[in-house]
Amino acid sequence: MNDVTRHVLDNGLVVLLKEVHNAPIISWWVLYRIGSRNERSGQTGISHWVEHMMFKGTDQFPAGYLDKAIDREGGNWNAQTSMDYTAYHETLPADRIDLALRAEADRMMNARFDAEEVESERTVIISERQGAENSPLFWLGEEVQGAAFRVHGYHHEIIGDMTDLKTMTRDDLYNHYQRHYMPNNAIAVAIGDFDSATMLARINELYGSIPAGEKPNLFSRPEPEQMGERRVRVERPGNASFLDFSYRAPAVTHEDWFKLMMLDSVLSGPGGPGGGNVGNKTSRLYQALVKTELAASIHGGLSATIDPYLYSFNVTVRSGRTLEEVEAVLEAQIERVREEGITAEELAKAKKQARAAFAYGTESVNSQAYWLARAENFDSYTWFTNYVARLEAVTVEDVQDVARRYLRPQARTVGWFVPTNGKQ
Amino acid sequence: MSNRTNSLPGPDNITRVELENGITVLVYENYAAQSVVMTGTFVAGSIFEDPAKSGLAAMTAASLMRGTHTRDFDTIHAGLENIGANLSVSGGVNRSSFYGKSLAEDLSTLADSLNDVLRNPAFPVEQVERLRGEILTSLQIRQQDTRYRSSRAFRENLYPNTHPYHHSSQGTLESIPEVQIADMEAFHRRHYGPADMIVVIVGAVNAQAAINIVRERLGDWRNADQPSALPIPDLPPVEETRRVSIGIPGKAQSDIVMGVLGPSRKADDFRAASLANSVLGQFGMMGRIGAEVREKLGLAYHASSRIDGGHGPGPWSVNAGVNPANVQLATDRIVDEIRRITAEPVSAEELADNQAYFTGHLPLQLENNDGIAGSLLNMETYDLGLDYLVNYGGEINKLTRDDLLQATRRYWNPDAFVLAVAGPDNVS
Repeated sequence: MNDVTRHVLDNGLVVLLKEVHNAPIISWWVLYRIGSRNERSGQTGISHWVEHMMFKGTDQFPAGYLDKAIDREGGNWNAQTSMDYTAYHETLPADRIDLALRAEADRMMNARFDAEEVESERTVIISERQGAENSPLFWLGEEVQGAAFRVHGYHHEIIGDMTDLKTMTRDDLYNHYQRHYMPNNAIAVAIGDFDSATMLARINELYGSIPAGEKPNLFSRPEPEQMGERRVRVERPGNASFLDFSYRAPAVTHEDWFKLMMLDSVLSGPGGPGGGNVGNKTSRLYQALVKTELAASIHGGLSATIDPYLYSFNVTVRSGRTLEEVEAVLEAQIERVREEGITAEELAKAKKQARAAFAYGTESVNSQAYWLARAENFDSYTWFTNYVARLEAVTVEDVQDVARRYLRPQARTVGWFVPTNGKQ
Repeated sequence: MSNRTNSLPGPDNITRVELENGITVLVYENYAAQSVVMTGTFVAGSIFEDPAKSGLAAMTAASLMRGTHTRDFDTIHAGLENIGANLSVSGGVNRSSFYGKSLAEDLSTLADSLNDVLRNPAFPVEQVERLRGEILTSLQIRQQDTRYRSSRAFRENLYPNTHPYHHSSQGTLESIPEVQIADMEAFHRRHYGPADMIVVIVGAVNAQAAINIVRERLGDWRNADQPSALPIPDLPPVEETRRVSIGIPGKAQSDIVMGVLGPSRKADDFRAASLANSVLGQFGMMGRIGAEVREKLGLAYHASSRIDGGHGPGPWSVNAGVNPANVQLATDRIVDEIRRITAEPVSAEELADNQAYFTGHLPLQLENNDGIAGSLLNMETYDLGLDYLVNYGGEINKLTRDDLLQATRRYWNPDAFVLAVAGPDNVS
């Protein structure tokens, strides 16, 4: 993981390269330092909508052209909007990667944002939100975020509020694009079967002439300290209850973040890169909630975010049991770890799991490129290359210390999804 | 950037061994990653179960990881989780399956666990009841899920209740309480065995060593009573359109599933149908359907088509999520596309595009252990031959526009299909 090279073009574009010759493919990512955290009221969801518009054509590559061209070359492409960034990526057979390099260079500056396409995409995005609204967990998550963050942009969902999706204009979207899409606000990553000197020369050829813009002044308002537990209750038709227990967590750049990752591995199972590949049935909360037949499932985790976000536990209440019962046991387990900490054996297990999960999570060039781009955005790519080593440095004392400081009742937001079963 | 081509998994580099007891083991060495994947299937699907106890095969499979005669629940999972490994066993219609992953150095431990749970399950009462409650909670949640409800209604109307594909292999709220431990013990005793079992191992392991690991553990397994796999019954095509609508309070979107009986994976025209399906609802931004329903009309975030294949006539279906007010419009446009693709050949450009897509995509599909293992399992399950991937490009490029038209016409009739919609209960 340590053979990454970092380059900065004259126009400010950061380029990360890593040769991997295991398979004849290359993954190419271009990440812009703009996400939903930077959105103002009235324009929530604008980063995500702009992401959609980036697929609606330029003069060189009209709408629909690249969808077909990339498939025809045996590749795939997609994009993602997060709270902290908007990223575009292609993975292609190595000898076809030039198409991806040209496509991203072109749409960094030349996306058309045709008015008709904007209107057609408005209903597509509303449909995307309505699809999410069919899940009770979407409503619960949206309410918990809104309660946990009063000031900071993390308070709204990435897809945006419905009212904004109905009212934003083509000019709003185009201005957002022009203000944030420029080489000096972007990170490009290539990983795969190439020669670095040749690849860098080609990137310079395609991207070097794109003019730098005025570095955007990203809208961001720090969240004030939380001064007591906050509770939200969502009542909707349904037949299952869900609990969301979310504590204020540090930014990913904070040293406490790694300590909390080890704590989380003990409490709810391994997370982070590749974490989903390892089960959580021996974790403390599975044992306390699922094994005791209070819950049908428990998941926990903290996100790798630029600003302080949340460390959340999400529980599906088992049919016949209550939210009160689940909450009481969850709280007792959290108090226990704050008072007693964890054992050396538990920490050793968490570290072994993290090593294995990291190995699984870096098996594809696409996932490596994704993490390098994200890490460079919130810190430096070395955050990712040093990831396992930083977890290895965590001690049992560190874990109890962060449990005490972060898992305070005063710093949490508790969300209940209460099914109404048709009753008002 | 590179002209280098890696050799595809094929007869020269896949090691395939048939053990005396009927287990077929396939191993592909891949030292590019530190992990190993061990996956496979065996003949113990829901096709053997009484529909009144639907979910028996799946619950049996899930119960295996809940305790054996030598290890309890915690011991099994600690053995895996302590080394960052995972193992799961799941039920299917024709066959049940297992999937395990670990660091390559831990393959023996993974194989020990697999051998133990497959052969010595204890079905402990407390664990089985716990599992039952988790399954019932999950099924209750699914009653509120428009995708699940539309998909179930679609299958229940496409297949008669005498057909194994009519039923959910995962069971229902009514059937799961009926599944007794004695049923699971009997199902396990009769249907779990080595005959016709497939084990695929891909990763940073020596092929012969991996085969020995399997042979040393599973090689002495015998079950004289184990019945052979059952064929999936054929069905006549749908004769007239059947529509079903399900209302669920509080939903914002309607999910649509429409379709017909499609080809089995072994059908002669499976490849032609798959290529036609790509034109219809996959290629680019979800093919012709995506172009019309999403890109042109802005009616849906997702609108695509798929062929399930499998051992029997799996569905060939179109899926879309739309605003409840647009269900009729979206359905009409989708039917228009079905009518078009059954009336006239795809263009020469579309054929060439999709052939290039299918053949060009192989390097991505085979990048890592999971992708390679999935392909090997597919090749063995459907008797495609070890040279399947090597010959794949030639087979795809042989197909003609007329092959696609014939395949589409064989399965689709734009005036006779099943349509299932699940959405809010207050929209007609």
